[in-house]
Amino acid sequence: MATDVQTPVQAPLPPMSSTGFFRWMWRQLTSMRTALILLFLLALASIPGSILPQRGTNPVLVDQWITANPTTGPILDSLGFFDVFASPWFAAVYLLLFISLIGCVLPRLKVHWKAMRSQPPAAPRNLMRLDGEEFHVTQSPDQVLTRAQEYLRKNRWRVVRSGDDWVAAEKGYLRETGNLVFHFSFILVLIAIAYGGLFGWRGNVIIREGEGFSNTLTQYDAWGGGRMTSANDLPEFSFTLDKFNVEFERGNAQSGAPRLFEANVAVTRPGEAQPNSELIEVNHPMVIDSAKVFLVGHGYAPVFRVHDSQGNLVFDDAVAFLPQDGNFTSTGVIKVPDGEPQLGFRGIFLPTSAVDEIRGPHSTFPAPDDPSVFMGAWFGDLGLDSGIPQSIYTLNVDSMEQMGLEALRPGEEWNLPGGKGTIEFTGFERWASFQIASDPGKEAALIGAFLAIGGLGLSLFVQRRRVWVKVSPASASENDQQTTVQVAGIAKASGDDATESIEELVAVVMGEQK
Amino acid sequence: MTNIGLAQASNNFVYASMFTLFLATIFFAIYYSAGRSKVAAAKQLVTSTGGVIAEPGSSKTQSEPEPGVKFANIAMSLTWLAAGILLVGVILRGLWAGRVPWGNMYEFSITSALGILAVFLVWSIKRDLRWLGIFITIPALLTLGMATTVLYTEAAQLVPALKSYWLVIHVLAAIICGGAFTVAAATAGLSLIADKGWITKIPSRERLEKLTHRIISFSFPLWTFAVVAGAIWAENAWGRYWGWDPKETWAFITWVVYAAYLHARSTAGWKHQKASVIALIGWLAFLINYFGVNIFVNSLHSYAGV
Repeated sequence: MATDVQTPVQAPLPPMSSTGFFRWMWRQLTSMRTALILLFLLALASIPGSILPQRGTNPVLVDQWITANPTTGPILDSLGFFDVFASPWFAAVYLLLFISLIGCVLPRLKVHWKAMRSQPPAAPRNLMRLDGEEFHVTQSPDQVLTRAQEYLRKNRWRVVRSGDDWVAAEKGYLRETGNLVFHFSFILVLIAIAYGGLFGWRGNVIIREGEGFSNTLTQYDAWGGGRMTSANDLPEFSFTLDKFNVEFERGNAQSGAPRLFEANVAVTRPGEAQPNSELIEVNHPMVIDSAKVFLVGHGYAPVFRVHDSQGNLVFDDAVAFLPQDGNFTSTGVIKVPDGEPQLGFRGIFLPTSAVDEIRGPHSTFPAPDDPSVFMGAWFGDLGLDSGIPQSIYTLNVDSMEQMGLEALRPGEEWNLPGGKGTIEFTGFERWASFQIASDPGKEAALIGAFLAIGGLGLSLFVQRRRVWVKVSPASASENDQQTTVQVAGIAKASGDDATESIEELVAVVMGEQK
Repeated sequence: MTNIGLAQASNNFVYASMFTLFLATIFFAIYYSAGRSKVAAAKQLVTSTGGVIAEPGSSKTQSEPEPGVKFANIAMSLTWLAAGILLVGVILRGLWAGRVPWGNMYEFSITSALGILAVFLVWSIKRDLRWLGIFITIPALLTLGMATTVLYTEAAQLVPALKSYWLVIHVLAAIICGGAFTVAAATAGLSLIADKGWITKIPSRERLEKLTHRIISFSFPLWTFAVVAGAIWAENAWGRYWGWDPKETWAFITWVVYAAYLHARSTAGWKHQKASVIALIGWLAFLINYFGVNIFVNSLHSYAGV
């Protein structure tokens, strides 16, 4: 991808024969100009992925966007604009770029392989057409060449000498080596990404304090695996969330910003019988075999006790509510299918309660300084028997009737209208959400990335140069200066020159420097 | 948080640095305007007779000193002074917060301004860069102006997501790259107008293009490293090394554009003007990533008071 292509002004027309056409296509695809255009297309194609919401990171926002834009939304959706980095056109650009890269780098590998094993080329006949100097010295041609040879060898040039005529030397082969390593490392990174995608998996789970989790598919709230991953491959471990600690900024600057999250867990690793206590923090995941357990979020789980119309205890549990803003105004639902009638509640949990006309009930600080819940109650059929799976965070009120609204503080009880039962808000627990992920390709990707950086450094900082020292007996008029010396050199990369090397070499030959 | 004296002192140093930079900018401007017509006339005279003009900045063959050069020297000294004062301001900010001084946008901006000045000044030790001065002091001044007016936040502790040594490595690399990309944008921009003869004190177009190439050759590997370091950190904090978060996407776009620049420099027909334009686009992508993503887009990288 780094050949200096001297394309004629008029691009040649594609030949008619099929092999000729294929060759023409291949040459076009692997030309530097095409690589440049593909790089631009890659940059351009990425932009919508940063402006429009993306399914991979925020599916809810995508749905909202499509609903809000009923004409453009579905069109953009069908064109893959909400999943840009998995869209066929994005894949087309990077795959073409990779083909172009391979097509460009493979021939260069061959050329470089040959260059690495060959001697520096003989001095050109007319050396003084290059950058250089001509001068006379008193030493014999042999002495001059030997001195130049020794100096160049000592400075790690590859040197070749032709009798008493000339010395040729070359240096900086690592430049092209670095360039090739840089480009080939991308192939490694791409393979690593693909491998991770095929054999990796990730899942999310919300766990309340005191609750346990064991690593099987059914325990996850959400799970996604690559095509080659099966649920049987999951490492066998389990853990209990003993305690979740969280602190928020109470000073004036950035008030309410999180300052500490940490989850104390008791984990039983594969093959172990006894649990060990461990700490999971942001930036400090728990590593179990190929999987890592990350702490990604937290929230409140208010605890409710519900009695039905007969006075039977039909519900006594903590319910995870999902935070809606930075101050943890959280929403959730309670479903009580065992009641007579069935009961359902929608609630807003406020760790630090406030109510105003514009925002309604909301929280003003994320810590539980003044907790309360605002509840709406329904009775009727929860619709759980319909066979359609329901989310635990939504309440289907199609065949239910609303009974009223109430605000409760911890310990308070609400007698539902019409003697339908009671609900008590007894307190709250915390929950933490974890992402458990395994990406078997990540080590290879990292190696690829570091090879790329190393190769890049070599290809940009190593200077590839050739120098020649040519001697001939001086003409009689030069009295005691018996040898004419020509020193010249070239730099092989654009933006580089060999002046420094030539000057040093001239100084050495003239005997000014050892 | 505890020592308000440090906070006040840090802010005062930042303001003092802005004032010094402002003075430096004025002196650079005087240097630019000094003897403008004279040089322009001389240039016309020499070119009309087919001679070669000595390039300003690269060689000093003219026996007569360049007009206004003493103003440039004053401006350079002031820029060094401004950078020194800013360094103290940044260090005090770090001491106040008790951590690296790049935990929010304000801190990132003042440190970036220092990065711009540092890349320029360190480079100016090796070669005469007086002609470039004004194109460095103005962006640095604008960055500081943005920081002190729009982005100012009190120092506070870090959110848990930022508590990692990767904050030091990843962000420091990004700050140095920001400085270098800005310097490269200045030389690339100048190379586009070098042939027009509007500004007489700058080097030739070829020279400016070479300088741009040098800086980008230095900053591109560093940017690659910054992105990779970010990926390692992301893997440790969020459970994936690459997730196309807007910040990641624009870091990628910036990377791709500068990669295109380096390729353009070895493609016939793209080496000169077009390559310089690509270098400017790369800088634009960097700026979008730096300001745009933090302010306008909902990104995992938006925290800590903008």
